[in-house]
This record gives sequence, C-alpha cells and structure tokens, in this order.
Amino acid sequence: MAKTIMTVDDSSSVRQMVGMTLKGAGFTVVEAVDGADGLAKAKASALDMIITDLNMPNMDGIALITALRALPNYKFTPIVMLTTESQATRKQEGKTAGATGWIVKPFKPEQLLEVVKKVLG
Amino acid sequence: MNILAGDPADIFRQEADELFVQLETALLDLETSPGDKETIASAFRALHTIKGSGAMFGFDALARFTHRVESVFDRVRNGEVPVTPALIGVTLTARDHMRQLIDAPGRVVPEVGAAILHDLDQVVSGQVDGGVRRLAAVAAPAPVALPPPPPEPVHGYRIDFALPANAFLLGSNPVAMIREMLEMGSGQVRCDASDVPGVDGLDPERCYLRWEIMLHTDQPVEAIEDVFLFIRNETQLTIEPLAELAVTPEVTPLPVEPESEAVEMAVPAVMVPEEPTVVPVTAGANRSASDSVIKVNSDRVNSLMNQVGELVIVQSRLKQMAHSGQDELSLVALRAVVEEMGRLVTELRETTKGIRMVPIGSLFSRFRRVVRDLSRELGKQVRLETKGEETELDKTMVESLNDPLVHLIRNAMDHGIESAGLRRSAGKPEEGVLLLTATHVGGQVLITVDDDGKGLNLARIRTKAEERGLLAPGVEIADGELAQLIFHPGFSTAQSVTGISGRGVGMDVVKRSIEALRGSVDVTSQPGVGCRVTLRLPLTLAIIDGLLLKVGEERYIVPLSNIDAIVELAEAERDAPSGEGNHFLFIRDELVPFLHLRDLFAVPGAPPEHEKVVIVVVGKRRIGLVVDQILGDHQTVIKSLSRLHADVRSFSGATILGDGRVALILEIDHLIEFGQQREERMRNLLDPFGKGGHEFHVR
Repeated sequence: MAKTIMTVDDSSSVRQMVGMTLKGAGFTVVEAVDGADGLAKAKASALDMIITDLNMPNMDGIALITALRALPNYKFTPIVMLTTESQATRKQEGKTAGATGWIVKPFKPEQLLEVVKKVLG
Repeated sequence: MNILAGDPADIFRQEADELFVQLETALLDLETSPGDKETIASAFRALHTIKGSGAMFGFDALARFTHRVESVFDRVRNGEVPVTPALIGVTLTARDHMRQLIDAPGRVVPEVGAAILHDLDQVVSGQVDGGVRRLAAVAAPAPVALPPPPPEPVHGYRIDFALPANAFLLGSNPVAMIREMLEMGSGQVRCDASDVPGVDGLDPERCYLRWEIMLHTDQPVEAIEDVFLFIRNETQLTIEPLAELAVTPEVTPLPVEPESEAVEMAVPAVMVPEEPTVVPVTAGANRSASDSVIKVNSDRVNSLMNQVGELVIVQSRLKQMAHSGQDELSLVALRAVVEEMGRLVTELRETTKGIRMVPIGSLFSRFRRVVRDLSRELGKQVRLETKGEETELDKTMVESLNDPLVHLIRNAMDHGIESAGLRRSAGKPEEGVLLLTATHVGGQVLITVDDDGKGLNLARIRTKAEERGLLAPGVEIADGELAQLIFHPGFSTAQSVTGISGRGVGMDVVKRSIEALRGSVDVTSQPGVGCRVTLRLPLTLAIIDGLLLKVGEERYIVPLSNIDAIVELAEAERDAPSGEGNHFLFIRDELVPFLHLRDLFAVPGAPPEHEKVVIVVVGKRRIGLVVDQILGDHQTVIKSLSRLHADVRSFSGATILGDGRVALILEIDHLIEFGQQREERMRNLLDPFGKGGHEFHVR
C-alpha cells in the first residue's frame, strides 16, 4: 500500500510541486496550508512522513513539529523541514523540536525524492 | 493532475499574483499603521514565499532580487529597521520590478533592479543608527542532495556507527540508512546489541544498537557520510579504508525486522484534501495562462458531483421508462421525471456558475495602489473606501472590469475630486473620498464608483455636445440625460480607443467595454456634492434567464433581467399604421415608445388579433417591443454569432431551443437607443422603414 506523506506549506505552488513529485513517485499525498491545518490533518489521518515549511502563519513549522512529537502516533514518524534559511540556528531549532532532517529550498523534484527515500527507506 | 499539462511555472505565476496582492495590501496598510506587527509579518511572508517558491520554479533572478528585499523586511520584523514612507515607496517599486521579473523577464533591464536595491540600501542605511549596511548579497544556499560523482574505482570501507539515543524520536530510521549504504555497492552488516539492557531497565524508545558495515563501493567517503546527513554531529561514526584491515570472519547479516516495526507504524489512509481545487477553465487565447486557472472551493465541486450523480440516476430512470416494454407510457410518471430533471439542471447550472464566481474584493484591492499613486501624481488627498468586496462575479468579468474601473477612478480623481485648497474653501474635508461598492440586485451585479468632488459640469457638457453636433442648440434636455452624453462616442476627444492612458477622455470606451459584457453604465451627478457612475452587469456570461417571444414563425429571447412589464396592445394603438403617428404607451404615468418587432425585422405574415407589448428597461430608459405571443421563460445558453454577423448590433447572440430551432437574443440596449433615435427622426417626419425595414440592424 502506498505510503502517505503530508506536505505542509503556505505556498500553494510549493505544495503542488511537492505533491506532484510525491504522487508521481507513487505516494499518497495530504496537503495542509499551515501548521494548525497540518496538525489537524495529522490527527485525522495516519501519515508515514511529514514535510513541513518553517515560516508559516497559524503555527509555524517548529511549533508543528513539537506538537506532532507530543502525539503518540507521530513520536517516531519522519518529519522533514523545508527551509530557505540555511542558517544552522534554524536547523538546530528544528532538530531540538524533533525534526528528522531538512531540505533547503530551492530544491529539484529528484532531490526531494532522494531525501524522502533517505528517511523512509 | 491536469494542472501539470501546462507550464509548471504557471502554478507559481498564479500564486505570485496572490502574493503580490498580499504584499501590496500589507505595504499600503503600513502607510496608515506603520507599527503593526501582523502586517509586517504578512509582508515578510509574502516576500519570503515569492523568493522561496520563485527559486523552486526557476525564477532565479526574481529569487535573488527578492532575497535582498526580504532581508530588509526580516530586519524590519526584528525591529532593527523602522517602517517609513520612504521604505514603503521603494518596496512598492521593488514589488513592481518583481512582477516584471515574472511577467517579462526578457525585457527587464538589470540596472533597474540594481537601482532599486541601491535605493533600498540608501533608505535602510539612512534610517539605521550609524548607517550600518549589512545587506550583503547572500548566495543561494546549496541544495542538500548531491549529484552523483563521476565513477570511481571500488574501495572497501569499514563503517562503524552508533546513532544517538534519541534517534527514533527524531524519526531517524537506521534500517533505511543501512539500506542506503548497501545500495552504494555490496557489503555485509553486523549489529552489536550488547548495550541493550535487560527488560527491567529497557527504554523501548531509546536506540541502544551499534552497527558495523563492511562496504565495497565506488562512492567516495563523503557519500557515506551523507547517509548520516541529518544526524551527522550526533552520530558516533568512523569510516576506515578496508585495505588496511583484515576482514573479520564473524560478520553476519543484520536482522532488521524489530527496528522496522518501531519506525513503520503508520497506516496509510486516503484523505480528501479540503483545499480549494484548481480547475482549469478555457479562456480567451490572448489571456495569460495564469488567468485561466480558477480556485474553486471544494464544497462547490462536491455539490457539482452530487448533482451530476443525481442526474445520472434520473437519466437511468428515463431510460428504464423508455424501454419498459409498455406501449403507453404513463404521462404522469414521465412528467415527474421531467420535473426532477428540470430541478437538477437548474441546480447544476447554479453550481457551475458558482465555480466561475470570484469575490470582487480581489479586484477592488488592486485599486488601492492606483488611488495611492494617482493622488501623489495629482497632488490631491484621496482615500479609497470599498464596500461589498465579498460580492461574487464571473471570473472573466472581473478581469474585464479592471480597465474600465481604472478609467473611472482616474476620471473621478482627476476631474471630480478637487484639490485640498478648493475643498477647504467649499467647506469639505481636505481629503476626498472615492467609494467603490458592489452589490447583487436580482440577477445583476451593481458596481458604483462614487466621488465627493464637484460633480459634472453640465453647462460645459452642453457646450461641448452642441459643438460636436450631438445636441441641437437650445434643445431642452433633462440634466440626467445630458450627463449621459459623456458616454457618447462623439463626445470624447480621444484619438485612440485602445488604452486607458488618456485621462478624462474616452468614457465611451468604458461604456463599450461594459456593454461588451452585456452590462450598462449610468452616471448621476450633484453639483458640488459628487458624482456616481453605476455599472450594471449580469452575474455571468454563459447562461441567462430569458423570456421567449414569438413573432410570426420567428423566436426571440429577451433577458429576463431587462423585462419591466408585459401589457396587451390596445386596439386603438395597434391600428395606428406602423411607421407613422405616435408609437407611445402610457405605462405607470409615463410615456413609453414602442417598436413593432414584426416591422423591424421584416417578419412575413399578418399580426394576430391580440398582440403583446413587452416593456424592457435598461437603467432608466424603457421601450416597448410588440410581439405576437409570449411563450414563457427559457434558460438561455448564449451562443455567440459567427464573425460574419459581427456587425449585427440588434442581437447579442443566439440560442438553440428544445425543438432545434434557433432563437435570436435581442440586444435591448441597442433597441432602446434605436427607438429613441427613431422617435427623434419621426419628429422630423423621417421614416427609416419606408423601405427595407431591416437595414438598420446591419451597420
């Protein structure tokens, strides 16, 4: 059965790009527009992986990761953050919150799939 | 997935449109409340996304440029740089430049961008204490995943690693890592589980394991390190070239199952996204691709699906009835199905129309910038107010309304609203107000442009109209009608009919573009108080409610929204020979001229004993149309006439009736105009229908 990945981003074009790339690779994709939406959708479904932007209205990516890690179902689920901020501080914040890894924007679809493969196995 | 069919960059272009509106709105809001944190954050987020998403879709120049502006707003967000009018001004210019970088990157002059950034630097350094300039260009960060390096000779490595104790809690999957390493070549894995405590002391969420991998690969060491990319610092990792080591014989394959249970616990589920669905809509060929995509609320798509589902059921019921084998169909049952189908089709029509509907607010918000820039240019203080932003209108219509409205706004600001000095001496507040409203009235949308300026100069309009021969000198005319003359093609001094570049000219262009949308335009004015232009528009362009009329063997449609009344034609009035005498009816104490469609369209045959007069109205103008019979209401799917008939102004289109006949849709505005012209000509005893009564409508 296809694995389900949620993409959380307030940019609809990034969501679509990520969504189409993942769908093209055979994954089921859930889209969320911000952290709060992502958290609600995570609770409502069983996700295998989450790809989230950091800078978003209504709960940013770091807060989402923290909230997800507090849920029993998402304790071990891979969460990858999308970031344009290449600074180590932002990455470290994300990691402290429980992020599995990160992808620095801009990235190409192949690079995204490579990371997904890396964390999903 | 059909959005993929086009240029992927269009996805971004469409989003960018929205982001530019968000940015501009935020910047304009900051002019009045420069300290608002939420607004600053909104501007920053828009810039951030334009940069990030732009780079993703290959708009590198845009990303580089926006990055610089974003950096400034990052500092604004952190309170390091204050929001000033200068900053807002230069950022608005930057926004326009970004827009160009998307719309026409080929025509962008790099120096322009550099100049804007220079200005931005100046503004920032002028504002920051000590003139600190920290706006160094930052190169785009390198992507994480590396391209495969050129082939290399195979080396052997011994890889020894222990993940951090919290590895599982970070979502890391050691199995995936091992698999990734093994895929680089071939190798053997050994797991060291000696640190795993007894059941009593076991923390099941902790990682106690250590692995040793003997790997033969043509990949460099960096590629192996890359496997641990996300937790490189926390992982104890040693990689040694194998040649220096003796191969240990007791290496055994790794039992991977227990760990994979812990990591792969989630069950995939299918979810219906609650996001607006993107539905591509065919639009005019000259429209840019981003305009042809509409965001639709998924509720609307869902009800569309439901209605189509119901329609399919009704259709199968009908089919069953048709093949039931009974010779005589129960008429009652058939009628029930027809009724059901009628209801469904109406619902379906409404829902489908709804899909093309967008709130007019998106259009209104564009004008804030127009008003801001223009008030600076004209040196007048003008505030834009809007009402009814939520009013929904056909998407294509919203796009087509932009230019006419810009034109009306420019006119109102240039000629209507007075300078601060004049306003003060007239006892008005120095700041003029321009009000845009939108409301639904019946099947129409009413858009008004109000200004509180000096109103139309009727005396000057009269002089000009007389000069141009639109009005005979000395003729008495109501003020209201005199005002409408500004929309007359002959009134305008514009040489070109294309753009909106000319100011205060070309109101006929506005009128024509509104009429092309099957709408009408009207102006009222009060000297010293202000001027109001009212646009009336149909909700949508594709389907209208019409009234089906019969004249001889011909069928005509009048849009229901134009119908004012239907009366019987009294014998005395009918007997007046057509083309002569007074063609007027008294309707509600008002004299309404009427036209015999039979004569007008040269329909053969004699009129029936009882004729009907359909009173149609556009704005305040009314006219009666004499027909043989009213056949009833009709859901009219508008088909445009072929190019051969492009000159025919009496008909706005045609439709196909249930029995396959074609009915022409009457262009009411033109008929009213014609009726009035005829009225005037009749005064001069001229009869245009003496011969060849159909000449008039093929201009």
